[in-house]
Amino acid sequence: MEYKLPFRQYHKALMKNKLMGLSCPRCGAVTCPPQMSCRSCTAYDLEITELSGRGKITTFTVITVAPEGRESEAPYIVVLVELEEGPWIMGNLYDMDPSRADLSLIGRQVELGCRVYPGDRYSDGPMARPAFRFADH
Amino acid sequence: MRKVAVVGTGHTDFAAESPKTEIEMFCEAATEAMAECETGPEKIQALYCGNVFGDFAEGQGMIQSYIANELGMHNIPATRFEGACASATLAIRDAFMWVASGFYDIVLVGGTEKATAMGTPLATRTFAMGTDAKYEFAAGLTFPGFFALLAHLYAHTYGVSMERLREQMSLVSVQSHFYGTKNPHAQFKHKEITVDQVSNGFMVASPLRLLDCCPFSDGAAALVLASEDVAKKLTAKPVFITGSGQASSPRLSAQAPYLPRLRAREISARQAYDMAGIGPADIDICELHDCFSIASIIAAENLGFAENGTAGQLWEKGETKINGKIPVNISGGLKAKGHPIGATGASQACEIVRQLRGDLADSGRQVDGAKTGLVDTLGGDGTIANLVLQTGW
Repeated sequence: MEYKLPFRQYHKALMKNKLMGLSCPRCGAVTCPPQMSCRSCTAYDLEITELSGRGKITTFTVITVAPEGRESEAPYIVVLVELEEGPWIMGNLYDMDPSRADLSLIGRQVELGCRVYPGDRYSDGPMARPAFRFADH
Repeated sequence: MRKVAVVGTGHTDFAAESPKTEIEMFCEAATEAMAECETGPEKIQALYCGNVFGDFAEGQGMIQSYIANELGMHNIPATRFEGACASATLAIRDAFMWVASGFYDIVLVGGTEKATAMGTPLATRTFAMGTDAKYEFAAGLTFPGFFALLAHLYAHTYGVSMERLREQMSLVSVQSHFYGTKNPHAQFKHKEITVDQVSNGFMVASPLRLLDCCPFSDGAAALVLASEDVAKKLTAKPVFITGSGQASSPRLSAQAPYLPRLRAREISARQAYDMAGIGPADIDICELHDCFSIASIIAAENLGFAENGTAGQLWEKGETKINGKIPVNISGGLKAKGHPIGATGASQACEIVRQLRGDLADSGRQVDGAKTGLVDTLGGDGTIANLVLQTGW
């Protein structure tokens, strides 16, 4: 069975600030990032859908010790965001000084942008990732 | 299904920058375990080995075959297990099932790792390989970052103030280092720490500071497992594996809406308890996966020792100490004993077996009268395995 929404297709769309996911005709759940089965009912027969890219921050951390090759990025904020359509997704928040990040971030409304991690010797090419900005100024 | 016992245990010193290779360390732990039950290499029918980053640390893959040969177990089947930090517990679980099934009567199982050979930047990179490479590492997620996200979510979800959670997390690390000083194999056997040192240490991934995090470590541990009939000939104190569980999770973000609970652990622990016919209240001693201070608090809840949002109080009240309601990580845990990831599950099981046999009376860390112990090991975002061990005499 063909893999419905491969990483490369997801990545190319995200580079254009489009967040693609999968909707389930059987139960209605939306799955993002993509995977083979519906995150709710495990159905395989899913349909590609574009998500709004809007959601709220559910948790965060400021990373100060970065992996090899990414030291120059630190400190940076990693967030989990609950998207309007339901799924949670991981991304970064570049809209504020990391030293000011605290629990008040949780619940803040955000919208999607994109940055690209160029990859390293262990990764099979570059990876776009959600770079969120505040939508509730 | 047959009963299966641990009949021998071996454990090297855990340290940074070990002068030994991964194979050499495994051989030392294995021969100690075999000597305990007076079992030579010709008796061992199969080898199960946890090892995660030998490829990166030493440029050595397929370590299991070389280990079998070095130990003189020529041509026996040898299998390497990779479940990130849970690798050795997966190896023990499989070894247990092969003996329980009747396929083998006596096997060797353990793990070995030389993480410090990689240095901190490469080790941080390789440890992050246990997260989702495409959809989460892209954002720069590290392993401390994983539990840092859970720490903030924990505080928000359960309404625990960050000040109180900070104090609770520090108490977890302080207790582990206290008991680590009583474990001659511990990486930090000479290092006690204070709440202030933990709470004011260098920030790694907010809110986790240096002393909230276990170290990178080198070391090995091994066990000999045998069927009940064989075990009775080899030892007067067989410790039976009476319960076993294992469960898997998806990438961190896909574990919503359970987070900060780790649902796979709840499932795995339940399997292990049910198989043994016991519950959390029956556990006399637990070695749980304290890769980070907050991980201990979350684990204690997932394992059923406290209601969600309240496990930090176990450490506040001293309930996790040697005479408490549920003694936790009396070995010093991953935090102070060290965390050579491919060996950790075998180290935890080794410690529980020695506690149940009463071997540690002279160490200052014996939990008197312990009959039932629990091993809890977490790999990556969510490979979880649990073992219930019980005295068999």
